[in-house]
Amino acid sequence: MSDKKKLPAFLSDKKYRGRLTSFSMVLIMYIVIEILMNTGNLSSLFTSLLVPVCCYIVAAIGLNLNVGISGELNLGQACFMSVGAFSAVCVSGSLASSVPDVPRLVISMIVGAILAAVFGILIGIPVLKLEGDYLAIVTLAFGQIVKSLITNMYLGIDEAGYHFSFVDNNVELIPGGKMLLNGPMGATGTQRISTFTAGVVLVVVALIIVYNLMFSRSGRAIMAARDNRIAAESVGIEIVRIKLLAFGISSCLAGAAGALYGLNYSTLIPAKFDFNTSILLLVYVVLGGLGNMNGTMIATIILVLLPELLRSMQDYRMLIYAIVLILIMLLTNNEMVKTWIQKAYLRLSTDRKGR
Amino acid sequence: MDFLSYLINGLGLGSVYAIIALGYTMVYGIAKMLNFAHGDVIMIGAYVAFFSIGDLGLPVIPSVLLSMAVCTVLGVLIERLAYKPLRAASALSVLITAIGVSYFLQNAAQLLWSSSTKVFPTIVSAGGISWNGLTVSWLTLITIGTCIVVMICLTLFINHTKTGRAMRACSEDKGASVLMGINVNKMISITFAIGSGLAAIASVLLCAAYPSVYPTLGAMPGIKAFTAAVFGGIGSIPGAFLGGLLLGVIEIFAKAYISTQLSDAIVFAVLILVLLIKPTGLLGKRIREKV
Repeated sequence: MSDKKKLPAFLSDKKYRGRLTSFSMVLIMYIVIEILMNTGNLSSLFTSLLVPVCCYIVAAIGLNLNVGISGELNLGQACFMSVGAFSAVCVSGSLASSVPDVPRLVISMIVGAILAAVFGILIGIPVLKLEGDYLAIVTLAFGQIVKSLITNMYLGIDEAGYHFSFVDNNVELIPGGKMLLNGPMGATGTQRISTFTAGVVLVVVALIIVYNLMFSRSGRAIMAARDNRIAAESVGIEIVRIKLLAFGISSCLAGAAGALYGLNYSTLIPAKFDFNTSILLLVYVVLGGLGNMNGTMIATIILVLLPELLRSMQDYRMLIYAIVLILIMLLTNNEMVKTWIQKAYLRLSTDRKGR
Repeated sequence: MDFLSYLINGLGLGSVYAIIALGYTMVYGIAKMLNFAHGDVIMIGAYVAFFSIGDLGLPVIPSVLLSMAVCTVLGVLIERLAYKPLRAASALSVLITAIGVSYFLQNAAQLLWSSSTKVFPTIVSAGGISWNGLTVSWLTLITIGTCIVVMICLTLFINHTKTGRAMRACSEDKGASVLMGINVNKMISITFAIGSGLAAIASVLLCAAYPSVYPTLGAMPGIKAFTAAVFGGIGSIPGAFLGGLLLGVIEIFAKAYISTQLSDAIVFAVLILVLLIKPTGLLGKRIREKV
């Protein structure tokens, strides 16, 4: 206890320490990458991965809020990214001639985030009444439904306004018009206005939102409901309402991430945000540690880069990825490894106290 | 007549889903885990049957048996190497490991047999039985027949043999089963063996209907069958049967009467509706939590 007195209050308190680590980590990475980029030391491959990494981090942080803090397994996070991405592409496409890039990016991201949040709350109301694996399967089902709905949407814009059709493509545009959504082909010819800086800003905003929620009254209620539903109910916590709050924020973050992702590519197909993407996000969250935002960030960065780093292995890289995934799970759950880590940690902390 | 023929086709597709769903539901019942690699065991089964019929020139029945043998061994191996060390771990860790195994199998298949689609040979002759203008293909009849036989054998095995009783005991209470002298690990292995063997049967039926074999073949039927298992109440064997059949019928009806492109969305929408009305699936037991 004595070492706590020496440190300033914001360092000794657990809730501030996590935040400080997160923000300094993001800042240092941003500066390092900017320097590398400006001196031309970053390969084009890595440069092209910067924005997607930020998007995956934000979506994974949202998912961690859902799975780690709220304790509900969500197998459909990618569908919220999809809602965000395609609504942002439409907004950006319709404003292309009238609004400059940066405000347009911000407006598109806000619209994407809001739409995804509305969607998340609409889905959440029925879903959160279910429990455990049934809840997981319903999120999976919603993910599939959203994917097939977007795959069947056709939206075009011309001087006469918007033209929309569903399932069959009946959109006929006056010359000079533009297709925003093109069914299974998705969005094509999108202006690429996403930037790495926007990605980092989004990550920081996501962290601020999630940390503030975690250590607020609502956040404590969410965690209480996760740890013991019945006990939480008996002290007057409305389970569905607060779980809905977490679910809504989680889908809002995924929507914003999706918006940034959608505006980073000139073509985007709806099949990009399928079940596999949801699973990938879940892998980032679980490997990083449930409820641990720093872990999520590190795991996301490593796992997005891993297949690229293994590119020299060519055909074997995804096989190695799979083996690494299984081995990490086996090792982190192995009793021997666990006690070894605990011992090492204890030794470290006693060393620090001894000083 | 259209209605009847759609219904029978739906039952045919549903029978395949039901056989796959049995694998999911049995494993969930005993090991309380969602085995995401099950769909990829189906894919391996399809490749084994493909090579055994095409390259080795074996007749259909021995090929199915060979495929079942390979899948059974594979299922037990996966359980031993990847899932058994995680018995005490959290459900999410096991889920991620299952996903890892699924990636592994898909990529191994891609490396071994390339990602190009192979055409599965015709194993059931085209024709069928015609009656009053209603034609039912041999394949549909065989599929439905196989499903019924599998269902009867499995029910007899689970309800009337010592091993079956032990398996039910394990799924109800592992701790008490150990005290009764049941080898829980062995029971879990047997469950995986049965589930994977059934997956091999399903793979051949599936490829007979949709004759293409590729590394991600198992993904969509896997998700659908998993949905079917939840639909019927996960952990319940009659539930998997019922869920599978219903899912197949709904899918074919949606394709025929509403829209081909939206059939998947409709199937999943029905699932959500069912779960909202009956949160533990059609035949699932509701376990009240005691304080």
